[in-house]
Amino acid sequence: MRTILHSDCNNFYASVECVYDPALRGKPVAVCGDPSARHGIILAKSDAAKRCGIKTGEAIWEARQKCPDLILLAPHGEQYIRFSKMIRRIYSEYTDRIEPFGLDESWLDVTNHPLGGVEIASRLRKRAKEELGLTVSVGVSFNKVFAKLGSDMHKPDATTVISPENFRDKIWPLPAGELLFIGRSTVKRLSHYGIRTIGDIACANPNTLHACLGKNGDMLYAYANGLDVDPVMRAGESSDVKSVSNSTTPPFDVDNETDARRILYLLSDSVASRLREQQLYGRTISLWVRSADLHSCERQVSIPTPTNLSKVITRHIFSLLQASWDMRSPLRSLGVRVSDLSLAQQQSPILSPDPPLHRYEKAECAMDAIRRRFGVSAIQRGCTMQQQRPLQIEDIHHNFSGANMSAIHGRGEGI
Amino acid sequence: MTVRTYVQVIATFNKEGVITPHALTFHGKQYIIDRVLDRRAAAASKAGGQGIRYTVRIGEKQTYIFLDEKQRWFVEEKDSVR
Repeated sequence: MRTILHSDCNNFYASVECVYDPALRGKPVAVCGDPSARHGIILAKSDAAKRCGIKTGEAIWEARQKCPDLILLAPHGEQYIRFSKMIRRIYSEYTDRIEPFGLDESWLDVTNHPLGGVEIASRLRKRAKEELGLTVSVGVSFNKVFAKLGSDMHKPDATTVISPENFRDKIWPLPAGELLFIGRSTVKRLSHYGIRTIGDIACANPNTLHACLGKNGDMLYAYANGLDVDPVMRAGESSDVKSVSNSTTPPFDVDNETDARRILYLLSDSVASRLREQQLYGRTISLWVRSADLHSCERQVSIPTPTNLSKVITRHIFSLLQASWDMRSPLRSLGVRVSDLSLAQQQSPILSPDPPLHRYEKAECAMDAIRRRFGVSAIQRGCTMQQQRPLQIEDIHHNFSGANMSAIHGRGEGI
Repeated sequence: MTVRTYVQVIATFNKEGVITPHALTFHGKQYIIDRVLDRRAAAASKAGGQGIRYTVRIGEKQTYIFLDEKQRWFVEEKDSVR
């Protein structure tokens, strides 16, 4: 039987802020985006703020209404990444099978470790507290799904064991929505069948679940019954990335094609750069836009030759923009996604015989190298450098690697 | 209340890159570090901050000095002393 740990840094962003300012401990603290850049939402909150009813993702003005004494702090992304790396370094002393889930959570496979799962969990908690000033909650179980549910069960600074003997008592009474990958719409669909708890899923007829949710129904049935066999990726192994995307809400509404294009250039550059970093190529290119009145739409195109070049991505993104936006309603947010991914080594040279593209590939790889060495703003496209409506290239060009990508691309977890 | 006070430190790097502090200057006075008793990653729980914590002996007194991520040295100082 496997021994899987799920370690979750409690209130991660807010806790890191408290490490640097102990006077904040015990007070209602929230890390929030910059309201002047129209990112004025709560990104993370302390336990005291949680007790006031503050929720991740709500607007700052809403949070202030609930808690007038709320202390608002600007985020320090580099510091969070540094702490994330430091905690993973601690994990790596116990196993090389570490699979990050966002910046603040990781699964660890410690099967056959002489210390055993519970002792390792205790040591992780002690070390996180002493070495980093953070508390972590650890779930110990025989699969990833139950380990994660375990780490959510008792917070902060706790170990929860979910064993084959106790999972029916501990897991099955939980609401169905607590199970990994169940969102609001799935909860709604399941409730039509009278399925409200994880135990209801476990005891449901698998054919009913399949009829209701297709392949996902089979997966949820396995999860609820403790039959998840998904392995914990070894450090350095890539997870099964389905798509790479980036989106932004600029500080102004986009009401002309020039601004839209320069933002899409930046987004495409960042997506292409991350594809190359992971040695991935994609065949489906999607444009996502949200208008100022908050209506969203997405358009996509499939291309014959998979790519990881910004040159190719922007060409198709601009065509999609022209086809989907009449410029009458200003845009609040824009996004670029590349999916239908394949690995670099699967690319035969016969598939990409376009010599002019080799030049762009060289140029874009050179840009990657410069940015790695001197930062993302060290080299920019001329068209993105317009002064009247400046864009923060660092904000758009998230130059994060693996772990953070998962947080950005569809696996977004509240941190 | 305890605060972080950054200090000037005289230190050496050995061939393996291990840093050893030998003296620190605190409020204008230099203190010789007689011995480094321990070094480990740690949070500065009283004053805030995080880094490599050196447990050092200065004369008869044992104290902590921290080397933070920006390679600055600091000590935890009781605010009332200032």
